[in-house]
Amino acid sequence: MSAIAAAPRQIRLSRRIVSISGWALSGLCLAVLSVLMVWILSVVFVRGIGALNFKVLTTITQGSGGGLLNAIEGTLVLSGAALLLAVPFGVAAGIYSAEYRFSSWAITIRFLADVLVGVPSIVIGYFGYVALVQWLGWNFSLAAGAISLAIISLPYICRTTELALRQVSNDLRDAAYSLGANERRVIFGVCLPAALPSVLTGVLLALAVSVGETAPLLYTAGWSNFMWDGHLTHSPIAYLTYAIWTFINEPFASANALAYAAALLVTGFVLIINILARFVLERRRRRLRR
Amino acid sequence: MKFRAWLAIVAGILPLALIAIVAFLAIYSWPAMHFNGFGFVTRDTWRLGNLYANPVVVHGTQIPRGATYGILFLIVGTLLSTAIALLIALPLGVGAAIFLAEVVPDALRTWISFFVELLMAIPSVVFGLWGYVVVIPFLGQHLYPALAHTVGRVIPIFGEPSGSGYGLLTAGVVLSLMIVPIIAATLRDALVSQPSSLREAALGLGATRFEALWKVMLPGTRKTLIGATFLALGRALGETMAVLMVSGNALNILPHRIYDPISTMAAFIVSQLDSALQDPTGLAVRSLAEIAFVLAIISIIVNALARLLLLMWNSNQRSVMV
Repeated sequence: MSAIAAAPRQIRLSRRIVSISGWALSGLCLAVLSVLMVWILSVVFVRGIGALNFKVLTTITQGSGGGLLNAIEGTLVLSGAALLLAVPFGVAAGIYSAEYRFSSWAITIRFLADVLVGVPSIVIGYFGYVALVQWLGWNFSLAAGAISLAIISLPYICRTTELALRQVSNDLRDAAYSLGANERRVIFGVCLPAALPSVLTGVLLALAVSVGETAPLLYTAGWSNFMWDGHLTHSPIAYLTYAIWTFINEPFASANALAYAAALLVTGFVLIINILARFVLERRRRRLRR
Repeated sequence: MKFRAWLAIVAGILPLALIAIVAFLAIYSWPAMHFNGFGFVTRDTWRLGNLYANPVVVHGTQIPRGATYGILFLIVGTLLSTAIALLIALPLGVGAAIFLAEVVPDALRTWISFFVELLMAIPSVVFGLWGYVVVIPFLGQHLYPALAHTVGRVIPIFGEPSGSGYGLLTAGVVLSLMIVPIIAATLRDALVSQPSSLREAALGLGATRFEALWKVMLPGTRKTLIGATFLALGRALGETMAVLMVSGNALNILPHRIYDPISTMAAFIVSQLDSALQDPTGLAVRSLAEIAFVLAIISIIVNALARLLLLMWNSNQRSVMV
C-alpha cells in the first residue's frame, strides 16, 4: 500500500537530471541573449557618449573630422520624406486589408506586404539605383533615397494599421452604419480615430526602421559633407548610418569618434521609439482586455 | 468613383512596388543574363576584365576583354553563413523561448521578452560596428586560436590557421544574433498560447514539468517553429551591412576553413558597385543587378513559403510581425 502512495514521489534520478539540466540550459540561452544585448548596448552607449559633444551636434563634416549636423539633418529629412510618401499608401493598404479582409484583393495585399517585408533592403536600394538614379536620371538625391525608404516602410505601416483596425470592435461599425453613415464616414470618422494611437505607433516604428537603414541609401542618397541644399533631385544628401559605416573604417581617431557618436544617435533614437511604442501598445492592450 | 474602388487603387501601390522591383531588376539585368547564361551561378570567378582596352563583342554583347561574371563563391558564402547562423540561433532561440514561456512569471515576461526582442530593432550597421570593433578582436585573437588548437585537432575545418577574425564563422555569429529574436518571439507566443490542459494531462500521467514541455508542449509548436525558421532564414540571406563589415569580403575564393573570409550576395552588391561603375560597357553593373534579382527571387520564395506555412497551419493565431 505504502509503495503505491509513494510512487509519484519516486522519479528516477536520470529523469530528474535531464529535467534540471533542461531548465538550466534554457535559462542559460536567455542569459546569453541578455548578456549580448547588454554588451552591444554598452559598447554603443559608452563609446558614443565619450564621442558626443556640442561640436558634433552643431558643425558639419569636414574630411575625417568635424561634426554630424549635416548627417543629422539629412537623416531627418530623408526619413520624414519617406514617411510622407509611405503613410497615405501604407494606411490605405492597411485599411483595405482590414475592412474588406475577406476580399481576394485584401488577401493579396496582406500576403504581398508580408513578402515585401522580407525583401532584402539592398535589393530595394539597387532597384532605387537602377530605376531612379540611372533610368530617371535623378542621380544621388533626396528623392531617390526617400522613395527607396518609403518602399521599405510601406509594409510595416500597412500591417500595423491593419492590426490596429482589427482591434476596433464591430459594434462600433454597426452603430455608425445604423446611424446612416456611409463606408467612408465609418472608416475615416469612426474606425480610424478609434485606432489612431496604434496606427501612429506603427508609423513611428516605421520611422525607426528607416532611420536605421543603410543599404538602401548607399546608392540612392549618396553622401554629402554639406547641409541639404533644398533640391529634390541631382544633389546627394548625408545621413547618419553612412557615417557609422564609413568613419569606423578610417584610421583617424576623429573619424572613429564621429562613427561612435552617429551610432549612439541612431541607436538611441531607435530604442526610444521602440520603448515608447511598447508602452502605448501595452496600455491599449490592457484597456481593451478590461 | 465609388469609395471602395478608390481605396483599392491607392492600396495597390504596395503590390505595385513589389512588382516594379522585380520587373525593373529583370529588365535591367537582361543583357547580363543573356551573356552570363546559367554559368552565372556555377562559375566562381568574378572578373571585370580589362577596362582600359577596347571592348570586344562576344555572342552579340559588348564586354570588356576577359570579363567573366560568376557568383558561385557568393552563393556558397551566403548559404554557409546562413546555415551557421541558423545552427546557432535555433537552439539559442528555442531555449530562450522555453525559459520565457515556462519559467519567467507573467508580470516579468512582457518586459524581459521585450528587452531580448529589442535585438530585432537594432540597426544592421550597429551590429556591424559592434562586430568590427569588439567581436572581431576578441574572436580573432582569443577564441579562434583556442578553437583551432582544441577542436581543430579533431575536425579539419576548424584547424589552423585561425585567421584574423574576419570570416565565415564571425559572419554566422553576428547573423545569428540578428535572427534569434524572430525565433524566440514566435516560439514564445506559440508556447504561451498552447492549451494548459495539454500540460496538465502530461503531468497527470507522471511526467516531470520539463518532460511535459519537451515531449508534449514543444512538439505542438513544431509548425510555428518551422515557419519562424524560414522567416529567420529569409532575413539572414539578405542581411547586408553587418555581414559586409565582418565577413572579410572574399573575392573569387571558396572557404576551406570555418575562419576563412567569405562574401554574400547582399554584401557583394554594396562592396562592388563602385568598381563595377568603372566598366564602360555597363555589363558589370547589370551583372550586379542580376545578383539583386536572384536575391529578390530567393527571398520572395523563402518568405512566401514561410507565410504560407504559418497561414495554413495556424490560421487563428497571428504570427509576429517581423
